Amino acid sequence: MALVLTEEQQLLRDTATQFFQNRAPIANLRKLRDTKNADGFDRAVWKEMADLGFAGILTSEKYGGTDFGPVGLGLVLEQSGRTLTASPLISTVLVCGSAVQLAGSAAQRQDLLSAIAAGETIMSLALEEGPHHNPTHIATKATSEGNTFRISGSKTFVLDGHVADKLIVAARTSGDVNAKSGITLFIVDAKAKGVTITRTLMVDNRNAANVTFDNVSVSADAVLGSVDGGNDVIEQVLDIARIGLAAEMLGSIQEVFDTTVEYLKERKQFGVPIGSFQALKHRIADLFAEIELCRSVVLDGLSALEARRNDVPLVASLAKARLSDTARRMTNEGLQMRGGMGMTDQFDIGLFMKRARVAAATFGDANFHRDRYATLEGF
Amino acid sequence: MEQLEKFRQDTREWLEANCPPSMRTPMASEDDTVWGGRKATYSNPEAKLWLDRMASRGWTVPTWPKAYGGGGLAKEENQILQQELRRIKARPPLSSFGIWMLGPALLEYASEEQKKRFLPPIVRGEIRWCQGYSEPGAGSDLAGLQTKAEDKGDHYLVNGQKIWTSYADKADWIFCLVRTDATKKHDGISFLLFDMESPGVEARPISMISGASPFCETFFTDVKVPKENLVGELNKGWTIAKRLLQHERDMISGMGLGSGVGSAASLESLAKDYFGESNGKVASAALREHIAQQKMDGKAFALTLQRTSEEAKAGQGMGAASSIFKYYGTELNKRRYELMLEIMGTQGLGWTGEGFTPQEIGVTRSWLRSKGNSIEGGTSEVQLNVVAKRVLNLPD
Repeated sequence: MALVLTEEQQLLRDTATQFFQNRAPIANLRKLRDTKNADGFDRAVWKEMADLGFAGILTSEKYGGTDFGPVGLGLVLEQSGRTLTASPLISTVLVCGSAVQLAGSAAQRQDLLSAIAAGETIMSLALEEGPHHNPTHIATKATSEGNTFRISGSKTFVLDGHVADKLIVAARTSGDVNAKSGITLFIVDAKAKGVTITRTLMVDNRNAANVTFDNVSVSADAVLGSVDGGNDVIEQVLDIARIGLAAEMLGSIQEVFDTTVEYLKERKQFGVPIGSFQALKHRIADLFAEIELCRSVVLDGLSALEARRNDVPLVASLAKARLSDTARRMTNEGLQMRGGMGMTDQFDIGLFMKRARVAAATFGDANFHRDRYATLEGF
Repeated sequence: MEQLEKFRQDTREWLEANCPPSMRTPMASEDDTVWGGRKATYSNPEAKLWLDRMASRGWTVPTWPKAYGGGGLAKEENQILQQELRRIKARPPLSSFGIWMLGPALLEYASEEQKKRFLPPIVRGEIRWCQGYSEPGAGSDLAGLQTKAEDKGDHYLVNGQKIWTSYADKADWIFCLVRTDATKKHDGISFLLFDMESPGVEARPISMISGASPFCETFFTDVKVPKENLVGELNKGWTIAKRLLQHERDMISGMGLGSGVGSAASLESLAKDYFGESNGKVASAALREHIAQQKMDGKAFALTLQRTSEEAKAGQGMGAASSIFKYYGTELNKRRYELMLEIMGTQGLGWTGEGFTPQEIGVTRSWLRSKGNSIEGGTSEVQLNVVAKRVLNLPD
């Protein structure tokens, strides 16, 4: 197990830290929000991220990637979590890039992986159909007509859906609405006839969309993976996404922890720093221990992906549950410890708390993953 | 590599020939633990045989230097030995505060003469040690201790009282913190070793909520201690005391890994037994979620212990690790026993006699015992204070 970073990985982490702090600080997120930016992310920053190799971090050199692997991507995501940087890193690189890598035909890989690595194509996974993560509940239908399929249905919480060039759509080709088998993945052009995309502004200022498909026609070579066999791909992709998102949350948690400790030293009441009060000391020290555990499960998850261990599903749920809970707890405590100022928009803590809530609900919340962990463990 | 493989082969053969069959079965109760010492008791003659055979190779403490009776094994060799011991499910040949706590401190701070004198009998299990730290007026504020040692020329004269002295009534020697300068606090403490058979030493067992009496009140009245039994410099004992506390915390935090009584059966199989199951799931959804949380906490904690040890090898690492582990590990262990009692219902609430299996009674007693985990060796609150001060640099 590689729970300790190599020198090369430490270097990558330092590059990412510098980049996000200098080029994509929290002020950028505020600016995107306040100017009602139509994209919801900064395309110039995204181009720079691609130039630094972040967009091709999981992609082999053959397709123009840097092939740093899951630990590398985790480190970049962690640093992006410190600055709450909004970018297509999760939707396009972590989720859709992994799906194409895992299940794509030679032509699909050729077509998409280089474009993703270059930061030229943005992709979104259209999976969820209700307010709770439920990757096997697929009512969207795809019916076969000769050499084409026709897709009808509606999707929600499609990350970066409003700026996507292409969508990966999970649709049902057979079986009943909750069956694991009978789900097929299709690569659909976002501008295809019958696709309607409505941007949904989320509480964390990031972007998602509701997408409807009205008799959308795609050819058989748009199938990603095998007909009826989409669930296997979805499960693998989601586990990568859960661990990657946990890494982003780790960065946010660490940032809030660090700034909260600083605040406890600076803020004075009753003539002394509030950090001298034991009521606060014990709570922040307990969080310190909790964050050490968080770091361990994230690193273990990333190294499980890297080594293709067969316990990836288990460690993915371990990481996503723990980080979802701790992200909420840390941001809530961070707000409380800042008192009334924590309630103001001037302070960043509110932005972190909002992001924590959305990240916690993405790809399954803590309840979902505790339940899944128990099932995987046979009880 | 070849040498290590040969070591593994030799070790396997030696264990095969020398580990008695009964020592390859799980311990039935606390009585099977071998503590050694002058008053040693063995629930089974093979336990004594196993101890003597392991001690003859220094393998009761495999990594201590051979010069002091240890096994002199390199880290890699010791890993192989531990793997081979686990493979045959061998019981520990010897449990000892001398090995876990005093020995490491002596190796670091004692004189050459003292190491040669005190370490080999620990390895052989001939001398059983107890720890004289806490006092009635010095618990969390340990450095406030008052037991005094006066300089009487060729010896120290010790007077005072200790409390929570584990197994003082069964131990042969004590490592004891004493006040040698009343005008200073931390800089007036010294680290003394003396024989519990010395005139003026009395140990009285204390009845605990678990029904057992592992701890004592220990009284010292004009106890004469030879001067050569002082470890380190006069008035510099607090440094040794703190280091030894780290070893104690590491020992206690291992409990978080759930190796204690009742750990043979998993929480989920217990729950299926006591609650029933439906479609392979624990019948109570609420209980099932608690069990999942407990197991996930345990896994995250085990990964953190592993990561810290890997980081330490790589020269990285976090400060105050022993405080965090002591805090988290003991709280985790307490939650585990709370959960076991919930799972067992009224079968987990028996005290003695008919109607309950020995395992059930064992879990109930261990539940009570576990409450002390977050008090002994520095309370949870003290550990959090250490983290706040030493790691986070928060003001006093």
